[in-house]
Amino acid sequence: MKVSVALLLELGVILAALSLLGALARRFALSPIPLYLLAGLALGEGGIAPVPAAGPFVETGAGIGVVLLLLVLGLEFTVPEFTVSLRRHLPSAAVDLVLNAAPGAVVGWLLDLDAAGILALAGVTYISSSGIIARLLSDLGRLGNRETPAVLSVLVLEDFAMAAYLPLLAVVAAGGTWRQALLGVLLALGAVLAAFAVSYWWGHHLGRVLLRLRPDAEQLLLRVLGVTLIVAALAEAVHISAAVGAFIVGLALTGEAADRARQVLSPLRDLFAAVFFLAIGLSVRPETLLPVLPVALLLGVVTALTKVAAGWYAARREGVGRRGRLRAGTALIARGEFSLVMIGLVGVRQDRLGALVSAYVLLIAVAGPVVTRFAGTRPALRAEAARKGDTRVAAEQGQGSGTAG
Amino acid sequence: MDVNEVLLPGVGMRYEFVNHEGDRMGVVARRSGDFELMVYESVDPDEARLVFRLTGEEADALAEILGAPRIAERFADLAKEVPGLSAGQVEVRAGGPFVDRPLGETRARTRTGASIVAVVRGGEVIASPGPGQVLSAGDVLVVIGTHDGIAAVEQIIQADR
Repeated sequence: MKVSVALLLELGVILAALSLLGALARRFALSPIPLYLLAGLALGEGGIAPVPAAGPFVETGAGIGVVLLLLVLGLEFTVPEFTVSLRRHLPSAAVDLVLNAAPGAVVGWLLDLDAAGILALAGVTYISSSGIIARLLSDLGRLGNRETPAVLSVLVLEDFAMAAYLPLLAVVAAGGTWRQALLGVLLALGAVLAAFAVSYWWGHHLGRVLLRLRPDAEQLLLRVLGVTLIVAALAEAVHISAAVGAFIVGLALTGEAADRARQVLSPLRDLFAAVFFLAIGLSVRPETLLPVLPVALLLGVVTALTKVAAGWYAARREGVGRRGRLRAGTALIARGEFSLVMIGLVGVRQDRLGALVSAYVLLIAVAGPVVTRFAGTRPALRAEAARKGDTRVAAEQGQGSGTAG
Repeated sequence: MDVNEVLLPGVGMRYEFVNHEGDRMGVVARRSGDFELMVYESVDPDEARLVFRLTGEEADALAEILGAPRIAERFADLAKEVPGLSAGQVEVRAGGPFVDRPLGETRARTRTGASIVAVVRGGEVIASPGPGQVLSAGDVLVVIGTHDGIAAVEQIIQADR
């Protein structure tokens, strides 16, 4: 076996740089996703440093990153949470879908993109980043707030809608007919419902099989990852997208099996998801970014407002007051990982689309958390929250210095 | 006291209640095992003020200070590992047949198959009580067995004298 010095070196430097960027982002209580994206843009063709040796690895890793992102998302899903969300917030989910997919679709149409491009852009503006937002709500100490269940319910339903949407996008992107697309969606929804049924009635048996002979972390990792990759490959083969396959595996696992699987998979997910964001950045040529910036900015402002409206509506259904509605709306603004998953799915062969979405996610993944931090909070309370944030971060890092508040 | 449970999808569960002084409080039990405690103030009833965060371990310590109910919950967790087995609590009521009588006299295990694995008395826990353990009014027995067995123990302990 021959070890490529160039590969190790390039990869090592990249990961070290990502870790620095990630630490920087956390310091300002921001998501590292936009910074990973920026790192990808800075590297590669047309960037400051080409990475010829690490390129193929990043490309392969990106695919695994998508699979792991969706697998862990599925592992976090539980049937009762989904049914409760559905019962209380189906109208909110509908409002959210219509208000937020429309701006993306309209801009895609105005930019003269093809069907796959329009569909992808609609998905990009629709789906909020549950990863960024869940963390944000916790960091801002908002888990106790009255509007928070509404926000989380909308996120759960969005994630579920993605399971229907991804196969549609996959088929349309592959140039399939609408009938094939419909078939793909039905197949995916059927598989998701089957996974729900398995999880609900036989989840414990499945868990027992998975945890048979008390596997150590290594065994469990190999088992879950092996099964997931096989199912993802099968899903890809029948055109319902590997991502949906992974999501289904995640859904089917519940209870202790899901908890343990999440524990062993999370570090791996973090690594490969970072590689995926990097790959998206790498595939976009930096000089294409500037021309699309005005459009991205406009789309960002419009879709920020439509998300606020959707969150406002959802929070009002819970009987929350005006300030809480504003908090709910602004919390939902951030888009991130799943918007990028969609763009990864259609491929960035459409140069303009890749650049537009990268710029859009860069803007909105940074702006969303910043806006919600200052929206609908009493000034005294904000100071309090900042102080709390400080002590917690200090305790974690073993050093007493202030973060942004 | 009414405790209102609110599901937080993807995060965990929130419990809300109002104490005797009218303060509204919330406890968020996160899936990760951490807890957050908060109070709601009157300026904006929708907004919680985070009071403190606890790790699972710290929450255990706090619960032990506050009382023993969590112990029964832990037995419940334990019982979940075995299909068909569950844990229950049976209160020894004042005026019941076994107040100030030794535990052995109930012949609970012989008659129901369910075991009394602990007696919670005030803040104290008597683990694995012997047949000579004398019961007193207000004790809570932690019982492990089948559903029917636990119900039968309840009938024995709380029967009219």
